[in-house]
Amino acid sequence: MSHAVTEKRPSSLKGGSLPRWSAWAVALAATGAGLGISAAAGLDSSIQWALIAALLFVLVNYVLAVRVEGRRQAKDRLATSLVWVAFLLAVIPLASLIWETVSRGLKVFDVYFLTHSMGVVSDTEPGGGIYHAIIGTLEQVALATLIAVPIGVLTAVYLVEYGRGRLAKTVTFFVDVMTGIPSIVAGLFILSIMLILDLQPFGFAGSLALAILMMPVVVRSTEEMLKLVPNELREASLALGVPKWRTIMKVVLPTSIGGITTGVMLAVARIMGETAPVLLLVWGADYINNNPFEGAQASLPLYIYEQYANSAGSPAAYNRAWAAALALIAIVMILNLAARGIARWKAPKTGR
Amino acid sequence: MDISTQDAPVPPPAPAPSLEQKRASRGATRPGDRVFLGLSRGSGILLLVIMAAIAGFLTYRAALAISEDEANFLTSFEWDANGTPPKFGIAVLAYGTVISSVIAMVIAVPISVGIALFITHYAPRRLGGVISYVIDLLAAVPSIVYGLWGALVLVPHLNGLYGWLDDYLGWTGVFEWQGGAARSLFTVGILLAIMILPIVTNVSREVFRQSPQMIEEAALALGATRWEVIRMSVLPFGRSGVISASMLGLGRALGETMAVATVLSPSFLINASLLDPGGGTFAQNIASKFGEATPVGRDALIASGLVLFVITLLVNGAARAIIARRKEYSGANA
Repeated sequence: MSHAVTEKRPSSLKGGSLPRWSAWAVALAATGAGLGISAAAGLDSSIQWALIAALLFVLVNYVLAVRVEGRRQAKDRLATSLVWVAFLLAVIPLASLIWETVSRGLKVFDVYFLTHSMGVVSDTEPGGGIYHAIIGTLEQVALATLIAVPIGVLTAVYLVEYGRGRLAKTVTFFVDVMTGIPSIVAGLFILSIMLILDLQPFGFAGSLALAILMMPVVVRSTEEMLKLVPNELREASLALGVPKWRTIMKVVLPTSIGGITTGVMLAVARIMGETAPVLLLVWGADYINNNPFEGAQASLPLYIYEQYANSAGSPAAYNRAWAAALALIAIVMILNLAARGIARWKAPKTGR
Repeated sequence: MDISTQDAPVPPPAPAPSLEQKRASRGATRPGDRVFLGLSRGSGILLLVIMAAIAGFLTYRAALAISEDEANFLTSFEWDANGTPPKFGIAVLAYGTVISSVIAMVIAVPISVGIALFITHYAPRRLGGVISYVIDLLAAVPSIVYGLWGALVLVPHLNGLYGWLDDYLGWTGVFEWQGGAARSLFTVGILLAIMILPIVTNVSREVFRQSPQMIEEAALALGATRWEVIRMSVLPFGRSGVISASMLGLGRALGETMAVATVLSPSFLINASLLDPGGGTFAQNIASKFGEATPVGRDALIASGLVLFVITLLVNGAARAIIARRKEYSGANA
């Protein structure tokens, strides 16, 4: 086929080209070859055959294109196949993670698991559940949200509606920097206060650290949403003699409430999975503690860590860890999906 | 920090108005307005106060710990903060944190740039949307779940790869492998790469999306291939954006706690080989050592946390500064 193309080349403006299906064919062949080589060489790890296949795919595509289409097109093909490989490399871990969590988590995931605590179950035995951890997580996250949302929304209102000059610039910069604070540092901050005041671990301390992590996220997303509110709405309201604060409360915030809710829910989903501050400040417990203001409390992410770390490799504990991970991912994903749903449903009309 | 020209007050002050006029012309003097402005400005200031308080309290506790420290805090390889006298230093932690984050960057940045290009310039629009969504899902998975997956799924799967690296690159010394479980800084780097991939991808994607369409179309019209368009117009335009995206990712990787704590088998020595157990990171060390720490031990952990705080502050600040400067000059965000 290739020599036929080279013969034709001088007579036509367009050089030879590979058929559209060639990339797919190469991908299929590379996967097959990767599997074959690793079977022949006795390699047991799926990472290895995947890497061989990816390498073969990129190389064969390039060589084919050089022979048929010329060097420039071949470089283009090389870039295209590399970009495809990059995409697949990102999808594989996610797929594996979700598959493993669901398949291993479902082993002990049932109503009993959701409604019982670890109070009388030792870490290496089967049985027990995550009821106490769910209670802890919900209370801590709810309190953190109650603190972070008003502060975050008001800050965003300040930055968008009032903020000019140096203070606003400083706040914007530090909100950005605050987004990058490691969760463990927020935990250490509250811990240092607790050490000075000589306090014992309790749920609300964890909420404070989570609130610190949540605030910048809420500010950022609310700010973006407030900026989307058309200026005409503000001007119309102000022209009617409505005071600025009532304009904000009655016009600006209601217009962007969908986006703000979305941002808050995404922020909640983010802090729900935070383990480190809870580990330092709430300590975790095996029994049910409904009071976030006194005594150690459990939390879902911390429960996963404890089941993994304190169980000396007991399969029962690993199963519980996977099941709790499944529950956590389910909650986080539901929050994410709901947030996106609200965003689509209540998207501000920007007069497009 | 630079100050732009926006500082001019927007409502132009009337020349010496009476109090009544002022009240009528500017809403900000009504009581409701004053309260509301105070509240919202107060929240902004509160955020600054929190940042200052974090720095202040951590410094205070860290100073307590360092005054007790019998070893050199910056250069000692030891971590015996519970002993009498307490001896601890951050050399191993700094090494482990930097190495694992660098490995993560080396793996994640090219892949992220590839995915971002895929979304913006290669995939059909609808597929691009789906992929963006998948990447967002990747970002939403809690770090402890990554840790669990890393420790129980990724680690056993890496034995084959480790064997390869040992066979073919073992002579460098960097990839020598004694054959233990793959719970080394290299594995941590791979896991961190997966975890920072979403943020690097998302920021790069936004930058690539803003690259000037006209130039791309002009290049295409001149007969450039898609890759040539990307190399000549998209990548140069997006370079600073990719750099700041990488730094944001770096900030994440530096501070990641639980995934590292579950996967790494830490030890207080620096190993020339990346594949053998050894080293630790700031965040991982705090999480693992906190349980049995004495009062001095806790302060020592807070001191190491302060170092982490300062490093991430610098990295994130630099990244944000690059993004901010870009915004001002490119005009793409208008």
